[in-house]
Amino acid sequence: MKIVKLPKEKLAEFLSCLRAFGEIHAPTKRGEKSHVFAPLKEPAGIELDYTRTILPLKKYFLPPMETMFNFQAEKGYETPAEESDKKYIIFGVHPCDIHSLKILDLVFGGKYVDGHYFSRRSKAAIIGLDCIPDEFCFCRSTGTDFVDDGFDLFLSDIEDSYLVRVGTSLGDDMVKAADTLFQEVTVQDREKYKKKSIQRGQSFQSEIQLQDLPEIMDLEYESQIWQELGEECLGCGTCSMVCPTCYCYAVFDELNLDAASGQRIRRWDSCLFKDYALVAGGHNFRAQRSSRVKNRYFHKQRGFVSQYGRPSCVGCGRCKEYCPAGVDIIEVVNKLRSETRV
Amino acid sequence: MYEPQNTLQGPSLYQPYPARIIRTLPQIPDHQLFQVRFEQEDMVKSFTYRPGQFLMLSVLGTGEAPFSISSSPTRPGVIELCVRQIGRVTKALFNLPPNALVGIRGPYGNGFPLEQLRGNNLLLVAGGLGMAPLRSLLWYALDNRAKFKDVILMYGGRNPDEMLFKYELLNLIDRADVKCLLTVDNDPEGIWKARIGVVTKLFDHVEIDPENTFAAVCGPSVMFKFVLEKLLQRNFSKDRILMSLERNMQCGVGKCGHCMIGYKYTCLDGPIFTYWDAINLPEMI
Ligand SMILES: Cc1cc2nc3c(=O)[nH]c(=O)nc-3n(C[C@H](O)[C@H](O)[C@H](O)COP(=O)(O)OP(=O)(O)OC[C@H]3O[C@@H](n4cnc5c(N)ncnc54)[C@H](O)[C@@H]3O)c2cc1C
Ligand code: SF4
Ligand code: SF4
Ligand code: FES
Repeated sequence: MKIVKLPKEKLAEFLSCLRAFGEIHAPTKRGEKSHVFAPLKEPAGIELDYTRTILPLKKYFLPPMETMFNFQAEKGYETPAEESDKKYIIFGVHPCDIHSLKILDLVFGGKYVDGHYFSRRSKAAIIGLDCIPDEFCFCRSTGTDFVDDGFDLFLSDIEDSYLVRVGTSLGDDMVKAADTLFQEVTVQDREKYKKKSIQRGQSFQSEIQLQDLPEIMDLEYESQIWQELGEECLGCGTCSMVCPTCYCYAVFDELNLDAASGQRIRRWDSCLFKDYALVAGGHNFRAQRSSRVKNRYFHKQRGFVSQYGRPSCVGCGRCKEYCPAGVDIIEVVNKLRSETRV
Repeated sequence: MYEPQNTLQGPSLYQPYPARIIRTLPQIPDHQLFQVRFEQEDMVKSFTYRPGQFLMLSVLGTGEAPFSISSSPTRPGVIELCVRQIGRVTKALFNLPPNALVGIRGPYGNGFPLEQLRGNNLLLVAGGLGMAPLRSLLWYALDNRAKFKDVILMYGGRNPDEMLFKYELLNLIDRADVKCLLTVDNDPEGIWKARIGVVTKLFDHVEIDPENTFAAVCGPSVMFKFVLEKLLQRNFSKDRILMSLERNMQCGVGKCGHCMIGYKYTCLDGPIFTYWDAINLPEMI
């Protein structure tokens, strides 16, 4: 992989060059402590030492709500006018979030390709950035603390500069367009990178053992833990909304005022919501909150493994940080483990 | 035997194709058979499916719901759906004027494993609306008669007024190439010409070789439980018992997440599951 160096003082200039490739979206401050991905107006507005944004990147590719197509009486269903061809650059994406996009690609691809998702995906360049974990991060346990692909460029902080890995041909064009800003990587740079990498590895505060979790989930299917969690959980669905790999949605039709035309819409849904598994006739396959919480964990750590060969959790820590009831995925997994050991 | 079908994919994967309800045939209270035909002529000809598959039917302005295809791919041109009126979409469907425009996409799901069934006896056991997916397999087998050994249908309803496809099935009783056993729990008006009693009693009337038979069971869960006992008593392997499952489905193609059971999508991995799958999936029945 091609690797170049960008001195930090050239970053603002590089960002201006990037505008030729699309609208830049980057982490910006929202309130005191929170961050969101938003259009970057001034290079100065960028917040590169954030840990996580509240909403993950899925909002760009699977918007919280979207019109899939329109309908009209006696005409039937028709796709809305082509979306604009506007290109985006999402700048400053951490490894876990890049992995989450790779997971969503699996879900929305396959035998039935979701064109809504992929048309947006193809219009967005991803520029990654490494990070320092906080107490909520456990991406090292999920194997998502590093990425080898899934980005156009990836920036690693080496004190006064960034080492820039070039992942795609588009990434290469971006570097070439700002050719004068970049330098060659020196021996010292490589040493700095390795030192930083070790430091980063040592700063993880949360660790869980996940490899044999699918078996443990099976063993602990009837565990009392789920009952207890069901009592703590409020069923608010926040964990699903903020999770970068939760993709469930609900579909409904919306009528226009003429009552003869309208839209079919999809909207983020959560398996924690009460009516999620309700079927006609009123039978609810997961009427108990405990069974819904269990289902969420089961799907991420067990179900996804048998469907796609890997768990769908990327260890970003969002669900733990934003759960109003303090439900903590690390604690849940550790409890499941110790139950099994007894 | 079975041509791989080309699942329809529009400009949006989720965008239904226009079709007309060309005929509705009232069945029993709250149940109707809808005959549906694509608007585009080439699709009428090219649309094919596997018995046991379902499609997503849209009523303009109301929404979409999954329905088993009740007709057989051996009789192309018109798609038949046997629908029970139960909620928003189905009510709207029942209230449509003649020749109304609806939307269809599909077929989805795995359908019955026809390659595996070939050369075996077929035992179809249905209760209530479970007849909808089984009717497709029944006619498929009868139209490809040489490919199967014995074909046995057991179908039960509460009373003669609640038997779906009543006349069509009564006509099969005299056919030599199928053993059609129909039963009702009660016959208050004394009009029923076939048997009386619960479905499981029909097992007393047949010899079954479990080694060379596949059983397909569709119906209410209570019925399923009793039929299952019978099959296991008769030494059926759990791999040779097939069932169709229903879950909340909002996409039909493995995206929306709603139909997940344990670690399978009902819409992709099902809706047809073996009993062995069923007992290995938490929350299955
Ligand atoms: C594979 C498969 C095959 C099927 N085959 C057949 C068949 O051949 N014949 C047949 O009659 N039926 C069949 N069904 C069942 C059929 O899909 C349901 O009867 C149908 O979905 C009912 O739709 P409805 O809108 O009329 O009912 P509703 O109960 O109004 O809605 C159905 C579903 O949508 C959700 N929903 C709708 N509105 C709301 C709301 N306001 N709030 C919350 N949730 C809502 C519910 O959770 C419910 O699960 C099949 C189902 C599956 C999965
Ligand atoms: S965020 Fe917490 S309280 Fe809300 S649904 Fe998720 S686990 Fe339950
Ligand atoms: S389950 Fe929690 S930690 Fe895992 S990816 Fe989702 S939000 Fe992040
Ligand atoms: S119906 Fe949407 S995932 Fe199966």
